[in-house]
Amino acid sequence: MAEMAASGESPEILFWVGCAGSFDERYKAVTQAFVKILNKVGVSFAVLGPEEACTGDPARRAGNEFLFQMQAVANIQVMNGYEVKKVVTACPHCFNTIKNEYPALGGNYEVIHHSQFLQQLINEGKVVLQGGGEFKGKKITFHDSCYLGRANDVYEAPREVIKALDVELVEMKRCRTKGLCCGAGGAQMFKEPEPGKKDINIERTEEALATGASAIAVGCPFCLTMMTDGVKNKEREHDVKVYDLAEMIAKDMGI
Amino acid sequence: MSILPQILFILVLGVAGYILYKRVSFLRRNIFLGKKETRNDQTNQRWKTMLLVAFGQKKMFKNFIPAFLHLLIYVAFVIINLEVLEFIIDGLGGSHRIFAPILGSAYGLAMNFFEFLAIAVLISCIAFLIRRNVMKVERFTKPELKGWPAMDANLILVIEIILMMAILTMNATDQILAERGLEKYTLLNGLFFSSMLQPLFIGMNDVTLVFIERFAWWFHIIGILAFAVYVTYSKHLHIFLAFPNTWYSNLKPKGEMKNMPEVTNEVNMMLGIATEAGTETPTEIGRFGAKDINDLSWVNVMNAYSCTECGRCTAECPANLTGKKLSPRKIMMDVRDRAEEVGKSIDAGGPGLEDGKSLLGDYITKEEINACTSCNACVEACPVNIDPLSIILQLRRYVAMEESGTPAQWNAMFQNMETSFSPWKFSPSDRFNWADQVKNEEAK
Repeated sequence: MAEMAASGESPEILFWVGCAGSFDERYKAVTQAFVKILNKVGVSFAVLGPEEACTGDPARRAGNEFLFQMQAVANIQVMNGYEVKKVVTACPHCFNTIKNEYPALGGNYEVIHHSQFLQQLINEGKVVLQGGGEFKGKKITFHDSCYLGRANDVYEAPREVIKALDVELVEMKRCRTKGLCCGAGGAQMFKEPEPGKKDINIERTEEALATGASAIAVGCPFCLTMMTDGVKNKEREHDVKVYDLAEMIAKDMGI
Repeated sequence: MSILPQILFILVLGVAGYILYKRVSFLRRNIFLGKKETRNDQTNQRWKTMLLVAFGQKKMFKNFIPAFLHLLIYVAFVIINLEVLEFIIDGLGGSHRIFAPILGSAYGLAMNFFEFLAIAVLISCIAFLIRRNVMKVERFTKPELKGWPAMDANLILVIEIILMMAILTMNATDQILAERGLEKYTLLNGLFFSSMLQPLFIGMNDVTLVFIERFAWWFHIIGILAFAVYVTYSKHLHIFLAFPNTWYSNLKPKGEMKNMPEVTNEVNMMLGIATEAGTETPTEIGRFGAKDINDLSWVNVMNAYSCTECGRCTAECPANLTGKKLSPRKIMMDVRDRAEEVGKSIDAGGPGLEDGKSLLGDYITKEEINACTSCNACVEACPVNIDPLSIILQLRRYVAMEESGTPAQWNAMFQNMETSFSPWKFSPSDRFNWADQVKNEEAK
C-alpha cells in the first residue's frame, strides 16, 4: 500500500490479510491463492504489509477492550491515512470487526468477505471456472463460520462459489443459521477449552464426515485449523481434505 | 336476591388488582436496576419484529410439533380471555352470561369455539407434561432446571389443565340447569365438548348442580386472577414480556460488540488523538464491564425476566453440547435470581446490591463464561430474541479489565498483541513474507 500511495495510485480494494493469513503456515497458502486469483483477474489491490496489525477481535472477545481499541484505532489511522474505501478479507473475524465495530471508532469502509468477492468475480464472468477440475462431481460440504453466518447473515455467497465448481454440495445436519461452531470463536483459538467431555471441533468434524463429503470447505482461518485438526483426530486426512474457498477456486483455475 | 356475591367479587378483584400492581412495580424496579440504554430507533422495524417474533411466533416454528401445541395454548390464552371480560361484567353486575342475549346464536358458536380451545389446551398441556416428565426431552433435564424451575414448569401446566376443566364443568352443569328451565340460565343450542361431561352430573338435583356451577365459575375467575399473580413469580412471565422484549431486540448485526466510549476517550488520549468531546470532563467512569446486575443494561435484565427457560439456547450451545459448564439458559436464570434477590433486599430495607454478593462469582463462574465461543447460536435459537451472549461478554470485560483475571493463555495472547500486534508471537516485519513465494512464482 505504501508503494502505491507513494506513486500516487489508489487501488480498487485493500486486501486485509489478517494475522492468520500472514503467519499461519496453512493459511498463508490461502492468502497466496487469493492473491493469485486477484492477479490473474487483474484486480487492482494493495495490502498493508507490516503496517497491518491485528484487528483486535480476540482481545475484545476475551474482555480486553483497551487492547482492542488500541489495535483498532491504530489500524483506522493507517487506513484513513491511505483513504481506504473498500476492504476485502479472507477472515470472518476481521470482516466482522472492521465492518461492524470500526465505524464506532471512526473507520468507515465498505467491507466484504472473500467469499462474497469471489462470488462477484464469478458472476461478472471475471473468474472463469473450467469445471473439469479435481472437484468435479465430488461431494463437498460447507462449514458455516459463526462470524460470517449468524453474525453477519452471509450464508449463500460461499455456497454459490462452491456450486460454481460443478460439485455436489452436501449440507451437514446443522447448517446455516443452525450451523455448529468449530470451537475457536470468542478467543477460544488462543486457549485450551474448558473442561468438558468432548472438543467442539471433534463434534463438528464427525458431523462433516457423516455427510460422506470428500472435502470440507471453509471460509475462515480458525475454522480451517479446527476442522483440519478434527479430521486428523479422526484419522481421515488421507481421504478428506479441508480447503478454503479461494484455494478451491485457484486450483480449478489451474493457478 | 342477595348482592353478597357482587360485593365478594369486587373484593376479590380489588385484592388481586392490588397484589398485581405491587408485583408489577417490583418487577419494573428490578428491571431498571440495570443501566440506562436507549433503544428507540427504527420503530417500524421494532414493531415488525414484535409482530413476527412475539405475536407471530416465527422463531418457534423451527420445531413444528412443540410450536403447534404452544400456538394452541397461546391462541386459547388470548381468546379465552375475552370470556373473562364477560366473567367480570357478570361478577360485578350480578348477571349471568350477559352477552348471550346480545349476541344471540353467535354466542353459542363462540362458546363452542372456546370449548374447542379449552380441549386443545388440555391436550397440549398433557403433551407438554409428557415431554417433560416421561420423554424427558434433553433440554428439560439439565442441572439448572432441578428443583423449583422444574416444579414451576409442571405447576403451570397443571394449573392450566385445572382451569380448563373448570370451564368445561361450568358449561356442562350450566346447560343442564338451563334445560331444566331454571331462572337466569340460558339454553344455548348445544355445547359439543362439555355435553360429553353431562352424564356425570345429570342425576344430581338442582341445588347441587347450582352449587357445582357456581363453584366452577368462582374457581375459574379466582384461578385466573391467582394465576396472573403466580405468573409474576414464575418463568411464565414471558406471556407478557415477550412483547416488549422483542420490541427492544438488538437490530444490529449479531457479531457486533457494543463499543465502550469511556475506553475510547482514554485510548485517544493515550495516542494523542483529539476527540470531539475531548475537552469535556468525562462522565464518572463506573466499572469496566459487568460484575453485578446494575452493571448490565436494563434490556439484559428484562431479557432475564422474559426467559421461560425453554432451553433452546442451551440445546444449541456448542460448549454445553460438549459437556462444558456453560449453559446460556442458566446465565439468564442467574441474572433473574440475582435481580430478585437484590430487589427483595432493597424492599426489606436490606443492603441490596451491597450485600457482599455479586452476579459474577456467586451465581456465574468464570469457568462458565470462559467456555463461550461467542458463536451466537443461543441468540439465534431464542424464540423471544433474548441475548445471553451480551451478558457473557460484559462479564468477561469485568474479569479482564477490573480483575486482570483472564486465563493465563489469554494473557499471553494479550501480551503478543501488545508487543507484536498479532495474537501470535511473530515479528511484525514478517507480515509480508507470504508474498515472496507469489513473487517468485510469478517471476518464473
